[in-house]
Amino acid sequence: MEHKIRKVKEFIIERIILLSGLASILFVLLIFIFLLKEGLSIFWKVPIADFLFAKNWYPISDPPQFGILPLILGSLFVTLGAALISIPIGIASALFIAEIAPPKLKEIMKAGIELLAAIPSVVIGFIGMMTLSPLIKDFFDLPTGLTALTGSITLAFMAMPTIVSIAEDAITAVPRSYREAAIAMGATKWQTTWRIVAYAAKPGMIAAVMLGIGRVIGETMAVMMVTGNAALIPYSFLQPVRTLTATIAAEMGETVQGGEHYSALFAIGIILFIITFIINGVADLYLNKTRK
Amino acid sequence: MKAQTEQKIAISILFFCTFLVVVPVLIILIIISIKGAEALNLTFLLDMPRDGMTKGGIFPAILGTVYLVTGAILFAVPLGVLSAIYLVEYAKDTPLSRLIKLAIVNLAGVPSVVYGLFGLGIFVIFFGFGASILSGSLTLGIMILPVIITSAREALESVPKSFRIVSLSLGASKWQTIRHSVLPHAIPGILTGTILGLGRAAGETAPILFTVAAFYLPKLPQSIFDQTMALPYHLYVISTQVPGIPEHVRYGTALVLLLLVLLLNLGAIILRYQFRKKKKW
Repeated sequence: MEHKIRKVKEFIIERIILLSGLASILFVLLIFIFLLKEGLSIFWKVPIADFLFAKNWYPISDPPQFGILPLILGSLFVTLGAALISIPIGIASALFIAEIAPPKLKEIMKAGIELLAAIPSVVIGFIGMMTLSPLIKDFFDLPTGLTALTGSITLAFMAMPTIVSIAEDAITAVPRSYREAAIAMGATKWQTTWRIVAYAAKPGMIAAVMLGIGRVIGETMAVMMVTGNAALIPYSFLQPVRTLTATIAAEMGETVQGGEHYSALFAIGIILFIITFIINGVADLYLNKTRK
Repeated sequence: MKAQTEQKIAISILFFCTFLVVVPVLIILIIISIKGAEALNLTFLLDMPRDGMTKGGIFPAILGTVYLVTGAILFAVPLGVLSAIYLVEYAKDTPLSRLIKLAIVNLAGVPSVVYGLFGLGIFVIFFGFGASILSGSLTLGIMILPVIITSAREALESVPKSFRIVSLSLGASKWQTIRHSVLPHAIPGILTGTILGLGRAAGETAPILFTVAAFYLPKLPQSIFDQTMALPYHLYVISTQVPGIPEHVRYGTALVLLLLVLLLNLGAIILRYQFRKKKKW
């Protein structure tokens, strides 16, 4: 009897475990479904091509205009700037930490980078706003220090921990024998690091860069606090811009539930979801390549 | 000799880049600590905000964050650990398990503001929980699920196969084996993940913007269906939305949030380090 009860109990527990295992799939689907449910209706009013490529985002004027091109370009400017800063620096520090730093220093630096990753984005935004933005304002003699450049620098620091830690893993995973063979052939430490190890770790480093950029595109609070939030088509890095994410965060509070503006913001969410889905999926392919 | 010079230059550049990553962290910590320390005292931590948030303390924001984080953990840890048990102990390398892993990766990559939209759509509106601690906690809980699953998986995978084989050979069932021979050894790793999840949930702003966070509330929340103030949102509000907040109040709030998050993370790092050192197998 007792044996039977135990069997039933275990059967139930194992079903619960299976269901929990499926939870992640369920949530990804639910996120997509709810974004579509709330966001698709904007496309009955505004054709997709107009939504993506029209130049004016005036959601509360009469009649409202829902063109997200300025927001896409805002995100693109900030992301591009952040990538230009964070990729070389991030890859270089990953190489230093993995190949050159002595073990003690390595541990400390890894912990430091983990802490950098942990700083909440609102705190990074706050510091960017209070310290970096006045510097940029004075240095370039601008009317405001809240610009695409400020956003790029701030976000570069948010991308770096991702890039460094994933690239570092990829570099460390390169088999020891590669290094030994190169050294034995008379290569210097640097030649080995750059031409052999970095080359072998390339897929992992590509994944690291992609995930870093994914983090930048999705970043919201810091970027909202330092870029000035002007929904205009940007022509230079020294202008205020507004990103896709910041638009959602800044405007959702003012919308009427179910209204056009409300569903336009959800539609921006759909676009962000698809972009990050692709980036993460492809990065994962590269990571699996490294593991093999 | 040319190769040697090249090496010297290259390594100097690499070192300089590493310096560029690590030093700003220190500068941020130092600036916030110095400017925030002025504001930090018991009144600041335990009092309600007064005079349009320019005076008094940030107690409701601290308490709100504690509520939200607790709710998120209560939701995410059991689900995340069971999910990890499925992946490590039950799942074979099938298309389904690969799909689950892909879903986890994508869940980790969804932008935080999209979680906010999702929480608004499903919990606030569809389930009718309104803007409430419940909605906010669930949204944060789903957001930290990948963190919990990933660290629980690592913890379970690090338990040697022999532990399972011995237990099974003594006649224990699969679940008994997991429950008594595997899980206890994975607890420190799971705990590390839980603390990391706590830190992440405490610092996030975008997911709580539309699901729970209140600009200012004169009284503390009474139930899980009430709105609440929260530390990260409060920092956002007093630094961008309300003019005339004294600088030390802003820095003080940033310092409290930063300390909370960094101490949690430091705790997780130390715990993991100790655990790795002690491990005998």
